[in-house]
Amino acid sequence: MAELKTKDVLFGPILHNNPIALQILGICSALAVTSSVTVSLVMCASVIAVTCASNFAVSLIRKQIPSSIRIIVQMTIIASLVIVVDQFLKAFAYEISKQLSVFVGLIITNCIILGRAEGFAMQNGPWLSFVDGLGNGIGYSVILIVVATFREILGAGTWMGFTVLPLASEGGFYVPNGLMLLPPSAFFLIGFFIWAVRIWDPDQVEEEEFEMQPHKVREAF
Amino acid sequence: MSQSNDTVSKILIVAVTLSIVFSVIVSGAAVTLRPAQERNEALSTRSNMLAAAGIIEADASNDKVAETFERFEVLLVEMGTGETVSPETVKAESAESYDQRRAARDPDISRGLQDDPAGINRQATYRKAFVLKDNGSVERVVLPIHGYGLWSTMYGFLALEGDGNTVAGLRFYEHGETPGLGAKIQSPDWVAKWKGKEIYEPGNWQNPNFRLIKGGVGENTEGREHKVDALSGATLTSRGVESTINFWLGERGYAPFLARVRNGEI
Repeated sequence: MAELKTKDVLFGPILHNNPIALQILGICSALAVTSSVTVSLVMCASVIAVTCASNFAVSLIRKQIPSSIRIIVQMTIIASLVIVVDQFLKAFAYEISKQLSVFVGLIITNCIILGRAEGFAMQNGPWLSFVDGLGNGIGYSVILIVVATFREILGAGTWMGFTVLPLASEGGFYVPNGLMLLPPSAFFLIGFFIWAVRIWDPDQVEEEEFEMQPHKVREAF
Repeated sequence: MSQSNDTVSKILIVAVTLSIVFSVIVSGAAVTLRPAQERNEALSTRSNMLAAAGIIEADASNDKVAETFERFEVLLVEMGTGETVSPETVKAESAESYDQRRAARDPDISRGLQDDPAGINRQATYRKAFVLKDNGSVERVVLPIHGYGLWSTMYGFLALEGDGNTVAGLRFYEHGETPGLGAKIQSPDWVAKWKGKEIYEPGNWQNPNFRLIKGGVGENTEGREHKVDALSGATLTSRGVESTINFWLGERGYAPFLARVRNGEI
């Protein structure tokens, strides 16, 4: 493997190789927790903490892990870290941990984390793996915060709880878009985000898998 | 990956070491953070209780919750008689720290229910009641209630005015009912319909017949002060709420205690 630079490892995943926008991983939680910015921020912090720590831990013991049980070993590490994060949230951010409810536990199944542990930390040193975890965590966070910003402003007229668009029901002018509060709206927003990123960086556009042939067969009638 | 890692002994050593190290980390975190989590849970119960009473907003600050809660008196009430007992009776440090959910599983201080409309199986003999007094007269009585809905046991607080009859507020804080249908027991719009309703029919202070009815309560509905709209699409949840209310405010629940409140004995 070619020599990796810390800077590339850190900033690469933010836009060039974003885990959500390019690899389309971690969509589940991106749909579920982005209805408000505050909740998303806590989710992002949790995911960053888990990716960094799990990449670091996996990389530390990568030379000792028997390949036949490596996925279980990685899952054990990730699951333990997620439980620790969950306990911390319950102790220091109780209200938000209640809103995140099951999705903190579901960080365990977030493909980004296992993907980075298996795909990067198993081959690279602890420091680089830690930085890779940080970069991918930030890449995930960027999407979450952008999506949450749109959803909260358009769906509830607020941003982090501050009124941006005064609601019609409270004497303002804005009629909120209820769809934005529902998970599917995140699909549209992530779609638009991916579109924007690919206009900015056309290299990310996949090659077409096949080309449609012109229609040659004469129809029966 | 070197081949030497894949021997049986190496696999066992890695698996066992890893399990031990991470179980220590996980249990260490759980134990050290326990006190902070318990504080949060106690605080959350307090703010749910106060929000049910309609005295503070659900998102009030911690200081505000603590300050408002000070004005309440926590009583331990014997079910069926309405007598209040001291925390020592139930071996609790204080009335507030008494865990009535655990008590319901302790055979010494609970009883199994044969006739069980609320679907709770066992009932703790002593239960909490929160009383707010103003110049000696009772302003609010907040009662913890729970009962089975469609999928889950629903836990909530019912707040009554000082007459022990008029509803001041209702708040379910824990349930697993269907999101969007039964989960509307938490919706502010529906809960607002409860305000001002009366649990008991005059003269019948032991067995309330409070109803959640289909089709909604209109201006002309007979006995509309004792009825609330059922939730559409959530018939079984609504029935659960109805029997929960009627059970806990009945003679086996808080009715004798509320009678004492009305008589000015509390």
